[in-house]
Amino acid sequence: MQRRDFLRLSSSAALLPLGRGAWAATASGGPPSGPQRLIVVMLRGAVDGLNVVVPYGDGAYYSARPTIAVTKPGSRSDAVALDGYFALHPALGSLKPLWEAKQLAFVHAAGSPDPTRSHFDAQLFIENGTPGRRVSADGWMNRLLAAMPGVAMPGGAPNLTAALAIGPTLPQILKGKLPVANLPMGPNATNPMPIDKPEVAAAFDRVYGDDEIGRAYRQGRAERTELIANMTGAEMDPTASAGAPLPNALPAQATRLSGLLVRDRNIRLAFIALGGWDTHVRQGGDKGQLADRLRPLGDGLAALAKGLGPDWSDTVVVVVSEFGRTVHENGNGGTDHGHGNIMWVLGGGVRGGKVYGDWPGLAQTALYEGRDLAITTDYRTVFAAVAARHLRLPDKALAQIFPDFAPVHTGVDQLVA
Amino acid sequence: MLRRSLLAAGAAFLSAPALPRLTLAAAEPASFDRYILHVLDRLAFGASTADATLVKEIGVERYIAEQLNPEALGEPPALTQNLAELATQKLDPVQLWREYGPPRLFQAQPAAATPEEEAAWRQRARIIQDEASAARVWRALYSPRQLQEVMVDFWFNHFNVYANKGLDHLWLGAYENEAIRPHALGRFRDLLGATAHHPAMLFYLDNFQNSAPGTRGPGGRELGINENYARELMELHTLGVDGGYIQADVVALAHILTGWSMVRPRFLPPSGNGFAFYPERHDKGAKTFLGRNIPVGGEEEGETALDMLSKSPATAMHVASKLVQYFVADTPPPALVERVAARFRETDGDIRAVLTALFASAEFRDSAGRKFKSPYRYVLSAVRAAGVPVNNVQPLLNQMAREGQPLYGCATPDGWKDTKDAWLSPDATTLRVSFAAALSAGQLPLRDAPPDPDKPVIEASAPAPEPVDAGALEKLLQPILTERTRSAVAEASAGLRAGLILGGPDFMWR
Repeated sequence: MQRRDFLRLSSSAALLPLGRGAWAATASGGPPSGPQRLIVVMLRGAVDGLNVVVPYGDGAYYSARPTIAVTKPGSRSDAVALDGYFALHPALGSLKPLWEAKQLAFVHAAGSPDPTRSHFDAQLFIENGTPGRRVSADGWMNRLLAAMPGVAMPGGAPNLTAALAIGPTLPQILKGKLPVANLPMGPNATNPMPIDKPEVAAAFDRVYGDDEIGRAYRQGRAERTELIANMTGAEMDPTASAGAPLPNALPAQATRLSGLLVRDRNIRLAFIALGGWDTHVRQGGDKGQLADRLRPLGDGLAALAKGLGPDWSDTVVVVVSEFGRTVHENGNGGTDHGHGNIMWVLGGGVRGGKVYGDWPGLAQTALYEGRDLAITTDYRTVFAAVAARHLRLPDKALAQIFPDFAPVHTGVDQLVA
Repeated sequence: MLRRSLLAAGAAFLSAPALPRLTLAAAEPASFDRYILHVLDRLAFGASTADATLVKEIGVERYIAEQLNPEALGEPPALTQNLAELATQKLDPVQLWREYGPPRLFQAQPAAATPEEEAAWRQRARIIQDEASAARVWRALYSPRQLQEVMVDFWFNHFNVYANKGLDHLWLGAYENEAIRPHALGRFRDLLGATAHHPAMLFYLDNFQNSAPGTRGPGGRELGINENYARELMELHTLGVDGGYIQADVVALAHILTGWSMVRPRFLPPSGNGFAFYPERHDKGAKTFLGRNIPVGGEEEGETALDMLSKSPATAMHVASKLVQYFVADTPPPALVERVAARFRETDGDIRAVLTALFASAEFRDSAGRKFKSPYRYVLSAVRAAGVPVNNVQPLLNQMAREGQPLYGCATPDGWKDTKDAWLSPDATTLRVSFAAALSAGQLPLRDAPPDPDKPVIEASAPAPEPVDAGALEKLLQPILTERTRSAVAEASAGLRAGLILGGPDFMWR
């Protein structure tokens, strides 16, 4: 009897009002300045960064890519000239206003120092934050969450939705000691399910205990309750109001995500992974396969910035991929697995309008192993700068998030105000 | 998208009601040992009352022996008849290409298809994946050759191809039926060879384009080296990422495999496997692969490389480790991996012998209930335990997809992970709870084809919900149910009891 009472209590404790209501319940004064947030977008499959931020000023670029190069910015091209040397792929035109507002920066020749060209190892290393070491049980975003001040709810109860993975499963980058939410954000996410019925939920609350799976269950319940509360209602259906069908799920998801972030200020970290970048065959240049993937990505990021409104000034978005692709196109109008790549950094507080990093060049002698863009910026430099300057983490905490990594101050670390 | 696939599935099953209902023969509920459930959780897709009764009758030893020799096990006539209705399952890759391939490929001067033409073609070809999915799920639910179907899941995943990459949706059923299932308990080298020659793999990992630099392919287009298949062949299919190869071996293997491709669409024979070797696109240079000089030749260079890879001790370790993870524990016990790998080496990759050693191990015997079910396993095991007849598999496919594991839908060549960490998530638990509640209340439209929107709805034809018998379920699963579950079930209203068992924590493990 006693045991059952305890369980009922603990499961209802997990169902504290979150979202809009939670803020009212936990803040004593009016809404404070928004919480600092980080959103990581991972392009799984290795995006061809040389065709995202194009080094059109490097003569070797055009000779290495006779059929897939992006046309120089100018009258015959919609590529966005960035700084007289680099240009943004024409399919990313929707990011031009952010670049002009100096809220979008790039870091070129960035990446993980480990030499692997295996997608799976390289992704794991990016997510663990320990390149070269496969046996790391947790992901660096979970370690980051643990170190962030103000994440625990008043009274010390764990904040179950401080970190959010968009998608049906938990990615490695967010696995670890702290609870993390995962949410599908497809158009059917809020369709009614049996668990929404109180009598069904009450029965299952009794069958699940306090072990690992029981905690996952209770967290799933809390998220679901919050999702329904925050994402239903007429004003929350951006796809309907937009009128036109969208080319891909990301722009719609980004609008939904921004709506959730605006309403639920407990969410501090979010992660979304997008696939389809492994362009070994016919990747195209100004148009084609890669262009068709980049366009909804750019539109989605622009929609996120717009949807966040005033919260955009407290948000940093970083786009990262596991490695770059070969400088030379292969025999099939595609590119194979390479090394250095581009990182994208966006947000109201980003010192944007600039391509950061030392450009190693595409001359044959400058290439990594004679074939790939070299790496001059460790990807952890970018995330460490965001953690330190945007999320205000002390150096001591950085050492836990990225062990074996000594931050270097190369100017790249200044990319966040 | 969801809606469209439902409609396509509807078209595929219009004749389903006339066919015998697929079900597992009911048996007198009895009590079963924990070990019986364990063996059925690992060698089969979970316990059904019929299979648990069978194992109790013949004994675990004999059950395992029978499962390792599936040729001797007959298929129930209802399953055979339902499978026979799936027309695209009988076509080989070339026939599928001829019948369902994009029309532009066959034109002398191919014109780019309009988006409408492209959509219409894809819609028409959708039946292939619908029928492959039905065949896969029906066999997994109802075939007495359970271990064979478990190994089909394992090997398809090991040699993964992805339905949504280009033309692969045409061939995934043929790939499973020709390259995977016949060798699922056979020799590893045969599996490796069959996948390497199959259009589904040649297309998925781009090797059909891999050609000696400067040579020309169809239409005079210049092709060249493509490393994609060569790399994954070593990293994922054979040696493993730590298997001792370097980038130069990736390049050498890509050169060895130049010219391994498919027949040309405009010159398709009437039928066939679809593989073609083009000597004129094969690199004639000398090659050093894994420290060995490969004599200059043609197609046989690739066969030599496959021989080397399948005989490498690194491959034995890699495959053994994956098998032990799949059948025993997320963190494979090293001693068992070593023993299983030794068996692999001694028998030159005889999968039956390797599994025999694995199932005989103490580690296997003592690992009951420690594996978290993947979405695929969870859905299938719930249906088998509930004993619900399934003619329409679509609600089951929807559930797998919602949990993040769409059938034939793993985009990357490493396949799905089979660990708790990959699948236990907050969202997964609420999805499973909801699925179990709906399944147990008889609310999923599993009996018949989904409704055809063009036909008037006849109210009376909708079958009344048939709830799952909670008493029989409790009896079957009694050895795995904790005291906590039993008391929660006892307190619940009658309509929720079966759902609590299938959606509760005890049933999430195998």
